[in-house]
Amino acid sequence: MTAISSASAAFTGEDPGNRLFGPVPDVTGDRGYADDHPARVGFFTDTSVCIGCKACEVACKEWNLLPMDDAKGTVDALGLTGASYDNTGMLGANSWRHVAFVEQSRAVDLPMPTVGLPGADGGQRPLEDPPVVHPGVPASATTAEQTDPQRTSSGDREIRWLMSSDVCKHCTHAACLDVCPTGSLFRTEFGTVVVQEDICNGCGYCVPACPYGVIDQRQDDGRVFKCTLCYDRLTDGLQPACASACPTESIQFGDLDALQARADERLAALQTKGVEGARLYGRDETDGVGGAGAFFLLLDEPEVYGLPPDPVVTTRDLPAMWRSVGAGAAMVVGLVASAFVGRRR
Amino acid sequence: MTTGEAPEGVGAGAPGAGWRRADGPPAQDREQRRRGGGRRGGRGEIPMVDEAEFTSYYGRPVIKPPVWKTPDVPLYLFLGGAAGSSAVLGALAEGTRRPALARVAHLTAGGGALASVAFLIHDLGRPSRFLNMLRVLKTTSPLSVGSWILAPFSALTTATAGAHLLGWFPLLRRLTGVGAAVLGGPMTTYTAALLANTAVPSWHEVHRELPFVFAGSAMAAGGGITMALTPLDEAGPARKVAALGAVIEFGAMQRVEHGHGLVSEPYRTGRAGKLLKAARACTSAGAGLTLVAGRSRPAAVVSGALVTAGSVLTRFGIFDAGMASAKDPKYTVEPQRARARARDAAGSREAASTGTRP
Repeated sequence: MTAISSASAAFTGEDPGNRLFGPVPDVTGDRGYADDHPARVGFFTDTSVCIGCKACEVACKEWNLLPMDDAKGTVDALGLTGASYDNTGMLGANSWRHVAFVEQSRAVDLPMPTVGLPGADGGQRPLEDPPVVHPGVPASATTAEQTDPQRTSSGDREIRWLMSSDVCKHCTHAACLDVCPTGSLFRTEFGTVVVQEDICNGCGYCVPACPYGVIDQRQDDGRVFKCTLCYDRLTDGLQPACASACPTESIQFGDLDALQARADERLAALQTKGVEGARLYGRDETDGVGGAGAFFLLLDEPEVYGLPPDPVVTTRDLPAMWRSVGAGAAMVVGLVASAFVGRRR
Repeated sequence: MTTGEAPEGVGAGAPGAGWRRADGPPAQDREQRRRGGGRRGGRGEIPMVDEAEFTSYYGRPVIKPPVWKTPDVPLYLFLGGAAGSSAVLGALAEGTRRPALARVAHLTAGGGALASVAFLIHDLGRPSRFLNMLRVLKTTSPLSVGSWILAPFSALTTATAGAHLLGWFPLLRRLTGVGAAVLGGPMTTYTAALLANTAVPSWHEVHRELPFVFAGSAMAAGGGITMALTPLDEAGPARKVAALGAVIEFGAMQRVEHGHGLVSEPYRTGRAGKLLKAARACTSAGAGLTLVAGRSRPAAVVSGALVTAGSVLTRFGIFDAGMASAKDPKYTVEPQRARARARDAAGSREAASTGTRP
């Protein structure tokens, strides 16, 4: 028996429930669950305390019995990327957690050597200039950087390492779910997005639809796979495997609103300490995907970690697409009919 | 989309506060040099200074390139389009008593629809589960809507073509032909929404034009095939449809190839650029020959073949351009970065105009 999807209301031009785009306070209830459904859960991944140990990747592979693959998604191949300590390379059908590893350096202006005796300039200059990154930003005004094991000074340069455990975002407006033609992708009672593997027919539509490049087709299997936020563990009252395994609490699992409050506090604390570049990614419920169920605290631009800077669910523009499709179809019928008008030749 | 204020002195214009990848030039620059540049003049080119600003994660794509196979999917697009416009042609030819044209058009529609379905099923990861496409009808999924168009369309066109071949049930044949023609219009354009409703930059950004490209391409193909195979005295409408389709395809493709800044670039460079150049040559030559010498049978065959080849090449070119835009993170990151910067600038202007004066 064919079921008709419930998002059709959004195509009437009126979209009061934000079915295609915009913030949705109760995404689970909006998808038809009864009022007593559990609260929406998610991940808050605080990359400022990630040490790149990959315990999350290992725990995820173990729990979900994911096959071994290399950084290109080739199953049963072992390969090094040759680019960094990251040999997972990307999220895919067989890697539902991926620890990104970025090594960065920047030039630091060393103080000019003082000429003459100390104090000879009438006390205008301090005895030692602190090194600066650029005017107004002293090199030491960042994290607790002198004791930060992920940053070090080296002559006229500073080096730092960024590590970030990436995962499916479990979007409020999930493009993969929107475009799935079989209904194998669905919204769970926890507000997460999961593939039913016994339904998926491997059409591959969700793969290019995802603005984050998360979901992928498994080689030699044909179906698509992605993080389920450990749906099986959630139904038994356990937290996801990656969050259980994380030794630094970089991966925090919980009710989404509690995580958002905690993330806001953490960001404020870091900014008070003067950490540059700290920002929350996927936290804003007015963003292009209506806010993410798995969001992040990053220390640099999203694209540095391989994340899109301003992702928008592709379905936002679908009403305009259908209008164009309808106009094009009408044009074909009209023009073909007009070709039959007039004298016979 | 990020929240949080940068500290004083580090504006949005200083990404990463001076931090750079520690291992020399970004990987995508090396990629560019390996590919032999591929940067040519024209609109939509970004200045080299942006190249230095653009960062990515080891040059890896941000989104996943489509897993759809070529030639399966481009041929599915082409055959579905040709079948759709042929079905409309066939029903009208039947109605205006052009039996030869009706027969050719209905056979084209039936053959195209069946081949299109075969390619679609062959491209699935689990072909044995192809009927799962009809488990639900989702208006948010052009592939779901398309399956519900394609399934009855291919059934009706096959029935019509079969009745033509066997010479049975002339009345029923007219009915199924009309039914197929009703679905023929949507058949030509739903595949444009199928490509556009993805995160692939060069497909998504052209979502308003793409249905018209596909509509024109389908008319060129359906008109071209039928005009080549139909006796001259009945082929007039097919010639007009082919010429009109070729003009629409050509015009709409101009918008796609030049009207969208950076994401139009993949349509003009690399293999997609070559394919689309060949497509333009075939389409314009075929359309011209149709108008000049369409009433000579050999010329009709040649020009029909040319506009059909143009249609095929257009589908392959569009498919390739999308793949290229998905594989290079530049096309994903740069427009999004520009959009975010523009929004931040607008936000700070608004804050400045409504906020408190110091």
